[in-house]
Amino acid sequence: MGLVDVEMQAALDQPLLSVTGLTKRYGARIGCGDVSFELFPGEVMGIVGESGSGKSTLLSCLAGHLVPDQGQVTYAGRDVLAMAETERRRLSRTEWAYVHQNPRDGLRMGVSAGGNVGERLMAVGARHYGSIRETATDWLGRVEIAADRIDDRPSAFSGGMQQRLQIARNLVTGPRLVFMDEPTGGLDVSVQARLLDLLRGLVRDMGLSVIIVTHDLAVVRLLADRLMVMKGGRVVEQGLTDQVLDDPQDAYTQLLVSSVLQV
Amino acid sequence: MTDQAYNFAYLDEQTKRMIRRAILKGLAVPGYQVPFASREMPMPYGWGTGGVQVTAACLTPEDVLKVIDQGADDTTNAVSIRKFFQRTAGVRVTERTAEASVIQTRHRIPEAPLREGQILVYQVPIPEPLRFLEPREAETRKMHELEEYGLMHVKLYEDIARHGEIATSYAYPVKVEGRYVMDPSPIPKFDNPKLGDCPAIQLFGAGREQRIYAVPPYTKVESLDFEDHPFVASKAPHDCDLCGAGESYLDEVIIDDAGGRMFVCSDTDFCSGRQAAGHRGRFSPEGM
Repeated sequence: MGLVDVEMQAALDQPLLSVTGLTKRYGARIGCGDVSFELFPGEVMGIVGESGSGKSTLLSCLAGHLVPDQGQVTYAGRDVLAMAETERRRLSRTEWAYVHQNPRDGLRMGVSAGGNVGERLMAVGARHYGSIRETATDWLGRVEIAADRIDDRPSAFSGGMQQRLQIARNLVTGPRLVFMDEPTGGLDVSVQARLLDLLRGLVRDMGLSVIIVTHDLAVVRLLADRLMVMKGGRVVEQGLTDQVLDDPQDAYTQLLVSSVLQV
Repeated sequence: MTDQAYNFAYLDEQTKRMIRRAILKGLAVPGYQVPFASREMPMPYGWGTGGVQVTAACLTPEDVLKVIDQGADDTTNAVSIRKFFQRTAGVRVTERTAEASVIQTRHRIPEAPLREGQILVYQVPIPEPLRFLEPREAETRKMHELEEYGLMHVKLYEDIARHGEIATSYAYPVKVEGRYVMDPSPIPKFDNPKLGDCPAIQLFGAGREQRIYAVPPYTKVESLDFEDHPFVASKAPHDCDLCGAGESYLDEVIIDDAGGRMFVCSDTDFCSGRQAAGHRGRFSPEGM
């Protein structure tokens, strides 16, 4: 463990995730082209763009769900694309987390809330029922789900609760890097606001690095430190969130910012 | 008595060779499910087509065969499979566990201790222990490859959360030699401790699913559990009503319309052996 601690100290000044020239093609079409960026520990990066702009493709490539055609992804000094699948899958259930847009994709609908939260713990070797249950109860509390719902299945939960359960299930092993694909999509605005509030608290408390894909500029305004704007598979603009949103340089970003309805 | 229209033990030699290769591979990698080209057998799937093929590949003319179904030698499945091999292989058959060299079984391990040189062949309906948790075959194979067995404990967790204890009572998942998680076929969990460190060879055949797997003699087999909810090999809390045995696995038999019931050993050979030796239970006939 000592060696890991030293590595982690050194890693604070190093980017946690660095991406160079990432390209994914679907036949002749480009999914995402020549994307490069760095993500530092504790940083939240937003990726915005319209539907079909390649942001979900990019996220899938980063999380290892899709294999990119070109480029390099380095996580904490390790080449993600070159590492053995065993190691990559171990990463994705310990140090990484992936929050799906539709909670049904990220949850086991036939398993109780407690089982859903406990799965990652058991996957990394927890074998004590009492302590698994205790941790699960604690996490349900942290995402504002009543403790007496622990034995209910997610199918008995509302959409907002399912999404919060999915977040608890992902964060229970204390990951360092979280991928989120439209975490607030399909939720009504008041539920969205509470979820964002919750996410912001968790990100600050746990010092998470997050890559969050969304088409909702309000979400990135609240959560993201930095912003990347994509169009047609390419990055058209990136920078600090407030800078990009308040003083957009690229024509598409200007259009995007001015398209938001002011209430 | 051998029916000369068939090759010895029904299957042709090339098929038996193919099955033996799968068995050897299974023995070399304990608990690993080896795919094999399962043949159509003259019986429906679910009646032991996998077990029958494994038995056919193991039989030699000198073998003595015993076939049990839920521990009993005289049930339909056991009788028809025994007849099948009497007719196609002409081997000697027996109902005594100690005399048999090959024992084909459905859903039980005999009570009498097995010895070196014996082969126990299990009939397996669904070889994949992760099947009802993860429906994708490609994914379950990957999970076996990468030893991702956390999901198996999720099932046990759900049991405890819902019933207060691990309610899985048969086909209880085991880990073989610290590596592969294996479905021991639908034997009661009472039999699980007999899987490990067994002097006999244990072979598992799943005909419809086309898988063979094996536990070689003296292999470590652990039943999965939690530290605070350890595995318990449970049985009905009674003695056998025919032979008085307190340590054997019991079947519950309803005997009238007034809620009357009796408990009898599911292993008929074990029970009749004890009765012959003079042991008596609650319902033993008088003056026997």
